[in-house]
Amino acid sequence: MVRSLLEVCSLRKTFGGVVATDNLNLSVEQGTIHAIIGPNGAGKTTLISQLSGLLESDSGKIYFDGMDISNLSTPDRARLGLARTFQITSVFQEFTALENVALAVQAHDGHSFRFWRPARSEIQLTQPAQKTLKTVGLDDRVDTPARLLSHGERRQLEISMALATKPRMLLLDEPMAGMGAEESRRMVNILLKLKGKQTILLIEHDMDAVFALADKITVLVYGREIATGSPKEIRADEEVRSAYLGDEADVT
Amino acid sequence: MGNKTQISIVVFVFLGLAIIPLVAQMTDTPFYLDLARRMMILSIGALSLNLIMGYGGLISFGHAAYIGVGAYTVGICAEHDLVSGFIQWPLAIILSGLFAVVFGAISLRTRGVYFIMITLALAQMMYFLGVSLDRYGGDDGLPLIERSSFEPLIDITNNIVLYYLIFFALLFSLFLSKRLVNSRFGMVLQGARSNETRMKAIGFPTFGYQLTAFVIAGMMAGFAGALLANHTDFINPDMMHWTRSGDLIIMVLLGGMGSLAGPVVGALAFLLLEELLSGVTEYWQLIFGPFLILAVLFARGGLLGFFSAKERENG
Repeated sequence: MVRSLLEVCSLRKTFGGVVATDNLNLSVEQGTIHAIIGPNGAGKTTLISQLSGLLESDSGKIYFDGMDISNLSTPDRARLGLARTFQITSVFQEFTALENVALAVQAHDGHSFRFWRPARSEIQLTQPAQKTLKTVGLDDRVDTPARLLSHGERRQLEISMALATKPRMLLLDEPMAGMGAEESRRMVNILLKLKGKQTILLIEHDMDAVFALADKITVLVYGREIATGSPKEIRADEEVRSAYLGDEADVT
Repeated sequence: MGNKTQISIVVFVFLGLAIIPLVAQMTDTPFYLDLARRMMILSIGALSLNLIMGYGGLISFGHAAYIGVGAYTVGICAEHDLVSGFIQWPLAIILSGLFAVVFGAISLRTRGVYFIMITLALAQMMYFLGVSLDRYGGDDGLPLIERSSFEPLIDITNNIVLYYLIFFALLFSLFLSKRLVNSRFGMVLQGARSNETRMKAIGFPTFGYQLTAFVIAGMMAGFAGALLANHTDFINPDMMHWTRSGDLIIMVLLGGMGSLAGPVVGALAFLLLEELLSGVTEYWQLIFGPFLILAVLFARGGLLGFFSAKERENG
């Protein structure tokens, strides 16, 4: 029996009259890539924000490794090993790629009330940072300021920052958003390298990527789960076809 | 951090400051000694503001309050015959730190324009507190009966000794800032300036770090205040007026926000311009204002950044 790392029970969030997350139940198993797909406005990003603690839920519970984290702050959840990336790339623009990742390493290396030693020359921070940059293929851009990186590279940097926190679970909010075909392919390859080792909750619009990566897929429409299953089952599901995959699926 | 041009400007500035007493003595112009001392004290004030404003992205519009707390501590102690600087100065630093803890804890719950307004309001509160202290001169202020005593070490009633004490205090403050902003703590502070949401998402509870920075900056400003009281031999509420806080912000902007030595260059340029222009016309602010606008528009990195912009782009 595979253990589930993340359990979401009857999670709810409304914005005014709009129900963004509607009594959602979700279970992500250890070591798997679980994708969440759904049309725009299905509440995918809202869900990630609820999971990472940036948004407070109206009701429902979130369990991480059996522990109720529903009321923990974002930094506390991150320290437990829940790392996220953002749909709109969120890095430290003025910092170099290495500084970006080193800061993420630092976040999980005790407290940072250290006032004297220059952080940039601490091998304890730079070495792991260099290693994760290599994992995402940015080892030749180490000293480039983040603002000078290409869009795709910045997304890779974000993944690298998330990985540097040694997360037990990654929450990826549309890692391929705004990428060209070549960049997307590179990102899929990076994520494939993590497959089986890293538990990932993946939100993505790029269906090719989702079907290439996911072990399990949940389809969300208006904040409600309409189906969960293996990629094969989802492809075959009538309701999903009509609700989401629509024309695209009919053609094949 | 810093490139060759910047470093040489800073070295040049400090060499200049180091020989001013000599020049002032030779040319018999003690006035310049006075001006340079004031420049250096306000440099320390601007350096401390730069820690939170330049590196932390927290624009405090009430930083003069801590200078005031430091100055009043020295003044009030002296009034009660407690003249030992070994007690006065640490007390000034601790008290301004305590005020910063309270004020910071309140104002750091907000951001942007609200943060500016709350720090401004709290500082104005301190100003009016000073005005209402009738026992200590109220509106008119209070002459410092005696300068802080550092017997038997040094005697700062000697103006040259006081000058070099301030000179080394400034050097030390600059060194302290350098260590601070490049440390792990400094990286957290800069990260929070750059992208606070991101900081939280990678696991930093930013509030505690920002509050600590706020307190360190307050203590450093309090120290500048203790120096200022000894420099002017006088304390008054005007030291805490919001326009003084505004002056500090301008010094930081003028010199180069978020660059290490920028605030020193800014404070020097500010006071020098004030001095030169007010010698030309009574309405010197009429010239100073447009100059500031030009400086902000065309020298984004401040004066220090302006003179070294080309190098930065190359590397």
